[in-house]
Amino acid sequence: MSVKDNITLSINGRDHAIAVEPRRTLVDAIREDCGQTGTHIGCEHGICGACTVIVDGDPVRSCLMFAVQAAGKKIRTVEGLADGDTLHPMQQAFMDHHGLQCGFCTPGFLMLAVGVLEREPDISDDDLLDVLSSNLCRCTGYQNIIKAVRAAAKEMKR
Amino acid sequence: MTAPAKFVGRSVPRLEDRPLLRGEGRFAADISFPGQWHMRVVRSPVAHGIIKSIDASAALALPGVHAVWTNADVAHIPPIPFRLTGLKTLEPYRQPVLAKDVVRYVGEPVAVIFAENAYLAEDAADLIVLDLEQRRAIMLATEEPGFYEHDRSTEAGVLQKTYGDVDAAFRNAHSIVSLELSVGRHSGVPMETRGAIARYDGEKDILEMHGAAKVPHWNRDTIAQMLGRKRESVQLFEGYVGGGFGIRGEIYPEDVLVCAATLKFRKPIKWIEDRREHLIAANHSREQFHKVRAAIDPEGIILAIDDEFFHDNGAYMRTHAATVPDLTAAMLPGPYRVPSYRAQGHIRLTNKTPCGTYRAPGRYESSFVRERLLDAIAENIGVDKIEIRRRNLIGKSAMPYKLSLETLGTHIIYDSGDYAGLLDKALHLADWENLQKQLDKRRAKGETVGCGVAMFVEKSGLGPFDTVKIEAKSDGSVEVITGVASLGQGVETAIAQICADALGVNYGNIKVIHGQTNRIDQGMGAFASRVTVMCGEAARMAAAKLRLEVLKLAAELMQSKAELLDLIDGQIVRLNSNSGPSMPLSELARQRPEGVFAEATFESKHMVYPYGVHIAAVRVDADTGGVTIERYAIAYDVGKAVNPKMIEGQIAGGLAQGVGGALLEEFLYDEAGEPLSVTFADYLMPTAREIPEISILITEDAPSPLNPLGLKGAGEGGANPVGAAIASAIDDALQRPGSVTRLPVSPQRLKAILNQGGCDGRK
Repeated sequence: MSVKDNITLSINGRDHAIAVEPRRTLVDAIREDCGQTGTHIGCEHGICGACTVIVDGDPVRSCLMFAVQAAGKKIRTVEGLADGDTLHPMQQAFMDHHGLQCGFCTPGFLMLAVGVLEREPDISDDDLLDVLSSNLCRCTGYQNIIKAVRAAAKEMKR
Repeated sequence: MTAPAKFVGRSVPRLEDRPLLRGEGRFAADISFPGQWHMRVVRSPVAHGIIKSIDASAALALPGVHAVWTNADVAHIPPIPFRLTGLKTLEPYRQPVLAKDVVRYVGEPVAVIFAENAYLAEDAADLIVLDLEQRRAIMLATEEPGFYEHDRSTEAGVLQKTYGDVDAAFRNAHSIVSLELSVGRHSGVPMETRGAIARYDGEKDILEMHGAAKVPHWNRDTIAQMLGRKRESVQLFEGYVGGGFGIRGEIYPEDVLVCAATLKFRKPIKWIEDRREHLIAANHSREQFHKVRAAIDPEGIILAIDDEFFHDNGAYMRTHAATVPDLTAAMLPGPYRVPSYRAQGHIRLTNKTPCGTYRAPGRYESSFVRERLLDAIAENIGVDKIEIRRRNLIGKSAMPYKLSLETLGTHIIYDSGDYAGLLDKALHLADWENLQKQLDKRRAKGETVGCGVAMFVEKSGLGPFDTVKIEAKSDGSVEVITGVASLGQGVETAIAQICADALGVNYGNIKVIHGQTNRIDQGMGAFASRVTVMCGEAARMAAAKLRLEVLKLAAELMQSKAELLDLIDGQIVRLNSNSGPSMPLSELARQRPEGVFAEATFESKHMVYPYGVHIAAVRVDADTGGVTIERYAIAYDVGKAVNPKMIEGQIAGGLAQGVGGALLEEFLYDEAGEPLSVTFADYLMPTAREIPEISILITEDAPSPLNPLGLKGAGEGGANPVGAAIASAIDDALQRPGSVTRLPVSPQRLKAILNQGGCDGRK
């Protein structure tokens, strides 16, 4: 298993040339090989969504994708959301609505919500709830996350 | 003396949020050291068996695998000691860090691999050949105790808490109401799995463990003791922690193993748990079976409660020892007058994952039992469930109320409370009368809808002490060093708010340090909803002391008198503003290279007791057995709310976990002891779809007399009576009192209740 492929991962507009085993998950490559530890691992079986990143515009569970599959694609992670000191409207809304406590699931929720709203800015409340129910949070009881995402959706449309 | 509160009582934004939102919070898995080895745990695949042999040769032959340890390599390390409620009789049941001769649950560590990287370590774990001779697994705490070892049975202990003449009360009772009730096995399951990274600095002879949480100081002392080191030579470091809920941060075998290994191999050792491991290895909780009886008079007034319960603690007694059954027994009486009381708890071991505390430990369970009992009493004498509670509540004028029971080394004295007053507010919040009418109408149209209520008393603010050091820095910041921990609940913000008011600076300039044993010698950590109460008061005292010190020092420099100066928004100002310029606190710090600091310790022998009311309205789908929570209202008195939004967050999060335990979450096993809930596809936690918007009312009607701010803890009231409230609501929806006797009320169980047509489990 130790034969490694040389690949380039493009994360938040920056190229990372890395050598990975074919079995290496994208999330491990992002975290360990590219040093972007803002993306978290919650279950490694695709249920909790803590590892959600945006790949070529789609929210993706990076624990269910191999790093080699993401070569040449555009990956966005939580580290790329803010513009310098200015938070992304989604980040700001999570802060304003107390949409996080321990913050472990937060990067996954942020990337999920940003990915979906960029694609579907006029998503209905009920569809949005469906989308958000695909990630798990253990601290907040979700209502503040929902409020934050709805508020950010308005802000992102401006 | 101090200015009116500018920060305490306000929902200011959290100081923790910005780094977390930017992906900059460093959690355990984010910590790495050069040259580190990765540890992988080989776990027992059987629930009960004798270890005949462990063959590691194939694993060791893999390039990059450095070592494999079994019990023989750690035989000198004692089993993990108790932290709380450590009854002597339970000691033989403590867990060794690696299984010795016998395995007692699926998931028990039997060996550990040390390898170059995590993938390789996992490959090597697959190559370990375990020869285990399987034994019959004991899977029920209610069956006759079986053989444990030597002359010991699987009944590790029996605890009894009693007062009054219970037998006489039952003899003289107008009526006796009896129930058999059980709560399913579930647990905290934080989103971040456990992790521990140890390294050894040979030059300074310091052992470090990163990834600590909850009780770093106790764990430092214990790891030092277990490994035969001086306390000063062990340091624990807490980073960001992805949720705790009671289960995370206790000492587990893996923590000790990484420390022992780094000492042996002189390499940093990193262990990160995967989710399957977490679901079979980290503490489970809650599993109890109760046989409870109440003696009542003709009005439904409780004369006595007698509860015999069976507590399933899994395969070993871990750090919490008897804490959960002890709290179950001690907190069962709740907000009601119970003139005579007896609880007998059988602490039984089974071949399942060992148990510990989980948010509202013992109270989620006993609130379910007590509130089911109150509903049954109401049914017995034919009054409604609000009325029966009113008749039995402890009156406001009876406060402080001594319960004649002890727990966690303290006498239970409800320090303050207006239970009936809060019930009224909760009913108003839920618009109870209208809700009843609406539900009646809908039921008349054939809908299966109903509502339930549950009341409870929580405990919080466990002592015996907390110490805080505070220092004004020349860069304008104020550093507050505490001995508590943060599991994500907002400790830094709450403590900063309290300090800011007491000192006279902006809360944003206050940096709160926690979970670092090298910064403060003693600390109690974060459990039992204690941080805001104990550390909050210590912080207030320290900040007030620092303020006096600042004004004294400033008086010299400003050629004034301390009493003519004030500290406002970080500026030392003259009360008579015409008499000269002001001075920033940072300038004073700059001019005092020896430092401007203070320290204070708050001690408390008694806990403080918040209390609350939950009201749930549910709809039952008779076809699927599914339950939808349509409305949920919570009224909770916390004495004094430091940051209302954060308290609401605690309550909402607790509710979600309570709903999980009431409807969805359960660790199931097959008869041979094979765990069936090992992924998030089997262990179902609530999502955004299952948790409704809730109405939360935080009240400050009963400030604690035991600390000057009147604080009570807010961490557990959201979870405490959820099982009870939902059970009551389902009963009402089915129009079948007493139908719910077991949590979680999964669709299968609810279908079974519906199919039975009768009242399952009721005597």
